[in-house]
Amino acid sequence: MFEYAPAPESRSVVDLKPSYGLFIDGAFVDPTDGGSFKSINPASEEVLAEIAEAGAQDVERAVRAARTAYDKVWGPMPGRDRAKYLYRIARLIQERSRELAVLESLDNGKPIRESRDVDLPLVAAHFFYYAGWADKLEHAGFGPNPRPIGVAAQVIPWNFPLLMLAWKIAPALAAGNTVVLKPAETTPLTALLFAEICQQADLPAGVVNIVTGAGDTGRALVEHPGVDKVAFTGSTEVGRAIARSVAGTSKKLTLELGGKAANIVFDDAPIDQAVEGIVNGIFFNQGHVCCAGSRLLVQENVADRVLESLKRRMAQLRVGDPLDKNTDVGAINSAAQLERIRELSDAGSAEGAERWSPPCELPEQGFWFAPTIFTGVTQAHRIAREEIFGPVLSVLTFRTPAEAVEKANNTPYGLSAGIWTDKGSRILWMADRLRAGVVWANTFNKFDPTSPFGGYKESGYGREGGRHGLEGYLNV
Amino acid sequence: MTATTTSARSDLSELGRSETALRTFLHGLPGVDQVGAEQRAAQLGTRSIKTTAKAQAIDLAIRMVDLTTLEGADTPGKVRALAAKALRPDPADPSCPHVGAVCVYPAMVPYVAEVLGGSGVHLASVATAFPSGQAPLEIKLADTRAAVAAGADEIDMVINRGAFLAGRYKEVYDEIVATKEACGDAHLKVILETGELATYDNVRRASWLAMLAGGDFIKTSTGKVPVAATLPVTLVMLEAVRDFRAATGRQVGVKPAGGIKTTKDAIKYLVMVNETVGPDWLDPDWFRFGASSLLNDLLMQRTKLTTGVYSGPDYFTLD
Repeated sequence: MFEYAPAPESRSVVDLKPSYGLFIDGAFVDPTDGGSFKSINPASEEVLAEIAEAGAQDVERAVRAARTAYDKVWGPMPGRDRAKYLYRIARLIQERSRELAVLESLDNGKPIRESRDVDLPLVAAHFFYYAGWADKLEHAGFGPNPRPIGVAAQVIPWNFPLLMLAWKIAPALAAGNTVVLKPAETTPLTALLFAEICQQADLPAGVVNIVTGAGDTGRALVEHPGVDKVAFTGSTEVGRAIARSVAGTSKKLTLELGGKAANIVFDDAPIDQAVEGIVNGIFFNQGHVCCAGSRLLVQENVADRVLESLKRRMAQLRVGDPLDKNTDVGAINSAAQLERIRELSDAGSAEGAERWSPPCELPEQGFWFAPTIFTGVTQAHRIAREEIFGPVLSVLTFRTPAEAVEKANNTPYGLSAGIWTDKGSRILWMADRLRAGVVWANTFNKFDPTSPFGGYKESGYGREGGRHGLEGYLNV
Repeated sequence: MTATTTSARSDLSELGRSETALRTFLHGLPGVDQVGAEQRAAQLGTRSIKTTAKAQAIDLAIRMVDLTTLEGADTPGKVRALAAKALRPDPADPSCPHVGAVCVYPAMVPYVAEVLGGSGVHLASVATAFPSGQAPLEIKLADTRAAVAAGADEIDMVINRGAFLAGRYKEVYDEIVATKEACGDAHLKVILETGELATYDNVRRASWLAMLAGGDFIKTSTGKVPVAATLPVTLVMLEAVRDFRAATGRQVGVKPAGGIKTTKDAIKYLVMVNETVGPDWLDPDWFRFGASSLLNDLLMQRTKLTTGVYSGPDYFTLD
């Protein structure tokens, strides 16, 4: 046997403070009513830092600071000068990427291999990409001299804390808006380190404001009358509430919500790579991915073969310490999320689907869930309909391409889908019929700042990334 | 295993009887997605192998080296020195294992045999008009027989790439079968020369063809064309031996050769073996490195692990 010795990334590159304030108007400040909460490491349940909780008055201060910065500095500034700041931020992110990656893994529980090789390179790439747009907005296809909207309220989830921040902040600033961003309450730390980077980049005060807190803070922010634009990524349930609250106002809204993507494997697929794609589709980031390929639709004549390969591959997944460079699957982000994954998985067993996990030892401290697949799943099962947001795959079979399309589309969501086949014409035929914002062919969970991303139906509306991503931040 | 395996085995052995059957089978294998295969290989390359795992990997890699010299300038003295090094790679450290085999041209086999005799280090020889394979079949077979007669217990043959790329699979198959027969008891390694096969689909087909025809090992390259062993090519070949064993019950070895120069490279290959085909192949009987300069880097890293300091290249023998 070839056992890999522990290869932990050093924690010492991160200089964590015991407590963090709110980042308003270019400075860290204490919250008005002094509330706070703790952010913990989900892999060990150790407290990482004490975080200020922003109340309504703090949100008021942040929005006012953003408004002033918009009116006086950032709005009037020529695009080429905004670009300089964005390029500077992008370079600082690259320079401090190791620190940011370690902190992301500590706070979120995701493996360092992913925060180092996926999250951080994409974060920097987003800032570089949108920096390039800042002085070329009249060529973006939205008419001559498109104007920014004003102050953007942005609420982001815990699954890709820094990457979602980049998806929100980079296009907003490039287009000339100022922002108030609320990171998720379980993963605020990299956003606060990003605030330090804004200071380091000499970004004018008030252009980026970060208010930490939970649902109440988020509500106060999106309902604030001084906000011109609301951008939210998170659950469909919260997205609905936000849509209700901004209805009847002049606020622009983009939502990126849940998903229940079908990953469709045809009998002529490159099987070994399809299996990699299935694994990447559902076990990447512990399945905490809105576009995760959580439903595997496999053509029945290769189902046994694909499942056998998939199980063999899953047995190779290394679950454990997120900071170990050889870890493939890290910790579940929170006790609450673990509870939800358990509940839905138990429902899967209770409704008659067959459950399988590879043998794997889970650490005793922290929140862990073994990679799991369910076979014999039908469209009627809860695990085929509801978003689990965890490392749990539901396997269904199909006989004809038409049946694959029907099953793939038979969901209230429509964020992403995957097609695995050697036949190019079938890829195009399928992509035309799948009601999903992103369709991947012979790959899955591929992201790039140049490519628009967003959903159909209950997966939300608006696009982020690419030229399309500017539209949500321009008055067009 | 039961009836299924037996019937599967007899099914596959019939394939070599007709060009059509071979073509239908080889073209019915699942395709390889180039981007996906390269991505997987790159991902496995990010594994971090440290301390005890590194020490274990280095010793295993040394035992898997086919210490090779295939130059027109090879002399009896040079190959004798190489054979001596194969037996005791690090004269200063008796705990250092010997390599897997020495690999030379047929004319050099007798000199190596004198040194290795009965040591457990195998004696491999390239044959079949290596490296181009551009000779009549009788000459290739005579080349093989001569190498075996001189003492080689492993034969590295090259396939007829022209026939393979032109789709004359039966011709390639028959040549491998004939060479295998000429080998007698010697193990046959079949060099696919993947750098000339152009696609991963072809690598997979050539791997199956070589295994169906009775090859004991499949080997990537001669080391004589610009593109030699790569991680993705080796990945595709490992998947082929894994699937072949599942279908037939017979285990076939894999040998990447050419271009593997550093310990870091070698460890990437071992990680790939570990996570693609598992511990059954983590043995010199089933996985080899065709290399010359790799051994010295392995020795330097080994010394570094035991002593804590690097020594210069002058402290390791050149052949």
